[in-house]
Formats: sequence, structure tokens, C-alpha cells
Amino acid sequence: MNKYPIWKYAVIVAALMVGFLYTLPNFFGEVPAVQVSGLRANKADADTRKVVEETLKAAKVDVTSVLIEGESLKVRFKDGEGQKNGQSAIQEKLGAGYIVALQSISNSPAWLSSINALPMYLGLDLRGGVHLLMQVDMKSVLDKAVDRYVGDVRVLLRDKKVFYTGGISRDGDKVVAKFKEKPELLRAQTEIGSQFPELQFRDTELSGEFVLTVLMKPETIQKLQESAIQQNITALRRRVNELGVSEPIVQQQGVDRILVQLAGVRDPARVEEIIGRTASLEVRLVAEEHATSRNYDAFERYRNEPAPFGTEKIIDEKGYPVLVYKTIAFTGDKITDAQAGFDQQAGGGSIVNVTLNAAGGRAMTMTTRGNVGKRMAVIMIEKGKPEVLTWPNINSELGARFYISGMPNTQEAKNLALLLRAGALAAEMQIIEKRVIGPSLGADNIEKGKNSLLLGFALITVFMIVYYMLFGVVSVVALACNLLFLVALLSMLQATLTLPGVAAIALALGMAIDANVLINERIREELRNGMSPQMAIQAGYDRALDTIIDSNITTLIVGLALLIWGSGQVRGFAVVHCLGIVTSVFSAVMVSRGLVNLIYGGKKKVAKLSIGNVNWHKSVGQVPTKA
Amino acid sequence: MEFFRIKKSIPFMRHALAFNVISLVTFLLAVFFLATKGLHYSIEFTGGTVIEAPFKQVADLEKIRAELTQKGFLDVTVQNFGSAKDVLIRLPLKISTTNQNTAMEEQKNIIIQTLIPLGLDYDLELAKTDPKANKLRVEFVGGQVGKELAYDGSIALLAVCLGILAYLAIRFEWRFAVATIVANLHDVVIILGFFAFFQWEFSLPVLAAVLAILGYSVNESVVVFDRARENFRKMRKATTSEIFDAAITGTISRTIITHGLTQMMVLAMLVFGGPSLFYFALALTIGICFGIYSSVLVACPIAKYLGVSREDFVKPVKKEGDPEVISAGP
Repeated sequence: MNKYPIWKYAVIVAALMVGFLYTLPNFFGEVPAVQVSGLRANKADADTRKVVEETLKAAKVDVTSVLIEGESLKVRFKDGEGQKNGQSAIQEKLGAGYIVALQSISNSPAWLSSINALPMYLGLDLRGGVHLLMQVDMKSVLDKAVDRYVGDVRVLLRDKKVFYTGGISRDGDKVVAKFKEKPELLRAQTEIGSQFPELQFRDTELSGEFVLTVLMKPETIQKLQESAIQQNITALRRRVNELGVSEPIVQQQGVDRILVQLAGVRDPARVEEIIGRTASLEVRLVAEEHATSRNYDAFERYRNEPAPFGTEKIIDEKGYPVLVYKTIAFTGDKITDAQAGFDQQAGGGSIVNVTLNAAGGRAMTMTTRGNVGKRMAVIMIEKGKPEVLTWPNINSELGARFYISGMPNTQEAKNLALLLRAGALAAEMQIIEKRVIGPSLGADNIEKGKNSLLLGFALITVFMIVYYMLFGVVSVVALACNLLFLVALLSMLQATLTLPGVAAIALALGMAIDANVLINERIREELRNGMSPQMAIQAGYDRALDTIIDSNITTLIVGLALLIWGSGQVRGFAVVHCLGIVTSVFSAVMVSRGLVNLIYGGKKKVAKLSIGNVNWHKSVGQVPTKA
Repeated sequence: MEFFRIKKSIPFMRHALAFNVISLVTFLLAVFFLATKGLHYSIEFTGGTVIEAPFKQVADLEKIRAELTQKGFLDVTVQNFGSAKDVLIRLPLKISTTNQNTAMEEQKNIIIQTLIPLGLDYDLELAKTDPKANKLRVEFVGGQVGKELAYDGSIALLAVCLGILAYLAIRFEWRFAVATIVANLHDVVIILGFFAFFQWEFSLPVLAAVLAILGYSVNESVVVFDRARENFRKMRKATTSEIFDAAITGTISRTIITHGLTQMMVLAMLVFGGPSLFYFALALTIGICFGIYSSVLVACPIAKYLGVSREDFVKPVKKEGDPEVISAGP
């Protein structure tokens, strides 16, 4: 009796091995490193590796390894000093086309990383860094859109000779136009409707006047909001990349919020400066009279020459110099939309559809009218530094809607569309939550959390062994396994571990011991009631199981509620809390029973269990017998 | 080793009234303090700016306060946290600023500059180049976030209560479920009462601790009720009170040892966890202490008042051969 089948031991041993393997990376610590990754067209490849290695050799910086890992190149250094010098040397050599980010990489051997065994992913409060939650001002997005429609409708009606009275005005989220006669109103409605299918109409008659109210359809509003968020995220990513932070997090949260988390940032003030900056977009004509060809190398001879009078030399994304006129045709805030698409006429190549507002459309017509056959440059200016995104040929006179063809593939088309939109005035953002945690404070938090965990564990160990003797040892071993499983699970899932998460680990252990106390107490009780040792073990585990399950389910309910409704720190707590329940049931029931079975199981005669003193009689749980 | 050598059932239920009066009084006191003093919410809930600043020597709070007030921070709170060298500076949310970001950054810079002559352990130049030198923690929360947190927090509490209620009602009996929830909510209110009375900071981790305690003390009630259910089946001639007495006595050793062990862990956090975990651990400590009492000595009487009886558990058809009495010892 009290024997486990082989497969159960196999499960336990397998779990322990996996647990051990995935906990392992946490013990290796971290080494200072630099991560090199290419921006857009640039890639960190074998050539980059060669350049980096040579640069570092020239700068006399000692490196441990230079390896290509996935999309990026990782350089490990012997110390922090080397890391700092190495970073500046590499950045100087590679230039703006690459991001050279400081990083701490786990020092665990490569074979561990290759099976995806990584150390726990620490939250900002443990690593130090900047956490920002930004709110996108959706009202201003909608206001701007309505303002744009007011202008567009006015221009359209004028062009189509539809006569309205008293101007076209904005009323909240509506565009209002007044007409003397009903047929005129209907004509306006048809014209607007055919030009802007995303709008809907309502007409009323008010004291002899016919009022047409133009509204955005709900799906239009939704699309507008989504694209505003997307646009801001794109803009933020571009800027955050410049900070040289490894694994920056820029993601949407809820309908109108963006979360930015940057671990290990040195200078939080700079983060805000860079994030708060706006990019602008300009469209200018290319100075064709200086061009030597129709290709990318048209201005190659000006690479090291100053630009001729009236023109400006700007480098394009691929690194070619481009001469453009100083006169700006129009600015990026005139772009209302840019989408990647397919060319329906010419064989289905990738294109970017661009929509301008009324003013932009007029400017575009004026610019392109006498310049068909010339090229037009779209320039993005960020941090005062201009860059040509694209310089396509003008094939015909253009208006408010046109497209840029000749994109090499859909991905490129999508990128350009995003950049065009991001260059346009993005919606305003406001920081609504900000946390800056100094890195040494983070290290301090880890230390404190770890210390209290170990101390608590030690106290529990001493008590359990003194009080329950051999069964106490079994319980403590089960508890240690629980800790192992929990850490392994957290490492495996790469769930963010925060300080409340560390507290949750401690609490999980403090609560998990309950299951073993329940079992041990129950066994003692059965022994007192006169059961044989083997029977008592059996009964103790079986009867305690119900209670253990019940109590863990109630705890799980709490954990799940916190996971669903909690945010930030609370969620960090909840994740660990829930995982802790799962691991504790497994280790308290399976592992400890396995151990007990290993010790006592199968033996015919067990005279006594090492579970502390039970040699006294007690009548609890019985009705007093009447004399 | 053995702490509990209880030979007979302790007649807990005889004193049920006394226990309930004690509970009621503590509960009412807690409600009173919550109503009059209110909770001291952390900026996560109220919105505002918090700066945790380490000082080189023991910080002179009065002087810091005076200097900051002079610089125009009128409603600033300055207090120690953790040690006498660590200072927590709290600024309420400035309403209606269109650009909170810059205002906030300026505020922070002014404060740091004011504090450096007073012994702030922060080197402006060094902090820019060496991340290790940056020991500050600055937190800013907008007003809207706080409102949402408070809302989400109450929804979570409600969900926890309903979830536990439903589970216990299915697993046991509705009277046990109601008794458990009442007893444990009373714990929650008492913890909050402590936080209101001492004006301890009520932060998100504390909220998590309160909810965790709710789940934890429910365990207690579950263990006792589990035993009560077993006893109802075994002890056919006993009265409800006797059943509960036996159940409580039978589990008391486990109850106290478990709580003691959890408390050891929590105590380690309380003492060595640093300021960030202090109130979290404190809330747990209060919860654990009151949890023992309420989940056992409050929940059982309530279940009894609600009229739990043997018929609710023992289906006469099911168990015919049940022994009348468990074999008594010699």
C-alpha cells in the first residue's frame, strides 16, 4: 500500500527536470552587452559583424563575443566600461542607419537559450526604467476631421456651382450647410455623397431655410480613431528607436491609450523630450536641372559638393543625395490619409494611395501643372534633420487624390503609407501616468524581495521540521519544489515579474504550506484515532485532498478576478498568485505524496511514523459516550 | 512536538454571542473611522506626483517642508518611509494644466534642486552618465487613471465576493456561503478601518493584499465547514452547536499553524521587504490575525443562526449503514 505507479514518479521527475532546466538561466546573472540592429533598409548581417569587430579592435575594447542573433547583432563585453566605450565606437562607425542599444544579456550558456530557457522577465520596478502611459486626444482628432470636411465641402460645392446661403459652418461634430431651395440641397447631398462616401446626411427645414447636416458615419469615426492611434504609435516607435533602448515597449492599451516602457534608460528627461517632439513632412520639387540621370544616382556628383543656389541637398532613405528646391509645395498636415494598395490599371503593382485635404489638393494641382515628367520629393523632418522618404516621378497633373506607384512590394508600400500618415500632424498626446525608477532602486527591490523570501522560507523550514519531523522535511522539500516550479513557469511564460509579483511568490509559499499542514494534521489525527500508519497516510492524503481543492479554488477565484480587473502592478501580483496555486497543488499533493510513498510505501510493517508526538488520547470529534 | 493537546471539544459556540458582539464593535469602529477619516489613497488613485528621495543623512522633514513651501509648493506632503534617510514627497494633481508633462518635469527639477543643498543623495551630473547613481523614483498619475483604478478595484471586489459565494453555494450550501462571505467581508472592512484610523497609505498592492486575504480567510471557513459537514454525517446525535464545536476544535491546530507559517513569510516581508512592500505586508498581517478569528468564530455562529441543519447534508436515502458513533477509545 501507498505505492505510486512508475508513471507518477516519471511525471514528477520530468516536471522537476523541466523545472530545473528553466530555472537555471536565472542563476547565471547578466553581462553588459550592446545590441546592433538595422533601421529600415539596413540589416545587421555578417558584413556588419565584420565592421563591428574591426571597429572594436581598433578602439581597443575587449569583447567576449560578437554574435548574430535573429535580426540583430549582439556584442557581449567584459565590463560596463567596455560596453560604454564599445557603444560609442560602434555608433560612430555605423552611423544613423543602425540602432546601437545598451543591454544586459543573460550570461547563461547558449544551449539554454536555444531551448528558450530564459531568465525571468523583470518589470520596470525591478530593472529601473521609464514607464509612460499616454492618452491620445480623440476629441481633437474628430474636431480636426470635421474642420477638414467643412473646408472640403465648401470647395466642392463652389466647384460644382451649388448655391448655399450664409456659409458652411461647423456645429460640434457636424457640418451644417443652408440652402434656399430643396432641389439645391438635394443636389449638394448627391455631390458630397459621391465625393465622400464616408459621410451621412440629415436634412431639416427651419423657418423657410433648408438645412443639410453632414455627419461622419460611425464606422468612419472608428476608423479615424484607430488610424490616429496607429499613427501615433508609429511616430513614437520611430522616436523611441533613437533612444537606443533594447526591447522598448510601445503598444496600444485600451481604445485611446499608448503604453511606453523603456527599461534601463539613463536619462528620463531626454525620453520625454524625444517623445514629445513632433515630426513634420514637406513636399518639394526635385531640382531636375542639376540631375544627371533619371535614376537614384542623379545627384551623385553632389555627394561631396555643396548644393547649388536655391536648392538644398537632402539624403534619401537609401543614402543617395537628392537636390530639392527650397520652396515648399505643401506640408504634411495637408495629408489626410495614405494607404497601401494595388495598382488596378498597370498590372497590380504595389502603390500608396494618398488623399489630401482641399487646400492640399489645390496646392498639388498648382505644383504639378507645369511640372509633369519631373520628380517630387517627400521629406520627413525630425529633430531638425530632413530625410527624403521617396521621390517619385510626376506622371500627370494631380489633385487631392493620387497614388505613388512603383513600390517594390507591399511591405514597402505599407511602410511609406505609415510614414506619410505619421508625418501628418498626429493627434495630440498627454502623459497620464509616469513612473521613473532608478536602476539601483530596482536592484535594491530585487534584493529586498529575495531576502524576505529566503528568510520566510527558512523560518517555515525550521518550524515544519521541528514540529512534524520527517513529514516536515517532506513538506519543506515539496515547498522547495513549488518554488522551483513557480520560477520555472515564470521564466517559461516570460511573464513580467514586478515587485508585487515577488511579494506574490512569497505569499504563495506562505499559503502553499497550508496544504501540507492540513495533510500532516490529518495523518496525526487518524493515528490518534487508532489507524495503522499505512492506513493513516492513505486516509490523511485522501481526506485532506477535498479541503485542499476547495480552498485553492476560492483562492483561484480571487486570482482570476485580480487578473481580469486589476491593472499594472495588481496584474503582476495576480499572475504569480494564479500560477502559485497551480504549482502548489501539484507539489503539495503529488510531490509530497510521492516522497512519503518512497519512504514508507510498500513496507509491510511500519511501526511508527515520524510525524511528531501523537501518543495521547483525545476525544475530539466524538460524541461523549453516556455512562 | 505538539502544541495542541485538546482532549475535549471546546465549547466555542456557547460564547458565540460574545464573539459576535466583539466583531460588531470592531466592525462598527472600522466603519466609523472609514466614514470620518477616510482612506489615505496613494497617488495611483488620486492622481499627482510622488518622489521617493534618498538622503545622505537623517532628513530634516520640517526644513524640507519649509523650503518646498517657500518655493511655491503649498500643498506638499513630506514624510519618511522605510528609514529616516528616505523621504517621500507628494504633490497633488494640478488641475486644468493643458500640458501636464512639462509642468511635471519642471516641478521635479525644482524640487531636486531645492533638496540637494539639504542633503539629497543625488548628483545631477553623475546621474546623467551613470545609471547607478540614480536612486530616485518619480511617479506621476493623471486623475482619470485613478478613477478607473478605483472603479476596477470595486468591480474586482464584487466579482471575488460573487465568485466565492457561487462556488461555496454549489460546493456546500447557501447558508455556509453567506456566512463565509459575511465573516470575511467583515475582515476586509476591519483592515480598511485600520488603514483609515492610522492613515496608512492605501495603494494598489494593498488592494491586492486585501483581496488575497479575502481568498485566504475563505480557506479557513472552508476547512471548518468541510469538517462540520463531515461531522454532521458522523455525529448523528449531536446538536448543531456541538457539531461546530467539534469541527472548530478538530481544525484549530491546523488553523493556527497554517496562519502562523503564512505570517512568518509575511513578517519577513514586513521587516525586510523594504518600504515598497511594507503596507502590503501590514495589510496581510492584520488580515491574517483577524482572519483566524472571523472565519472561524464569526462564520460558524452565522451559519448556525441561518439555520444550518443535518438535513442539509445528510441525505437519509444515501447512507444507511452509517455508524451511529465513531468508536470511542478505551
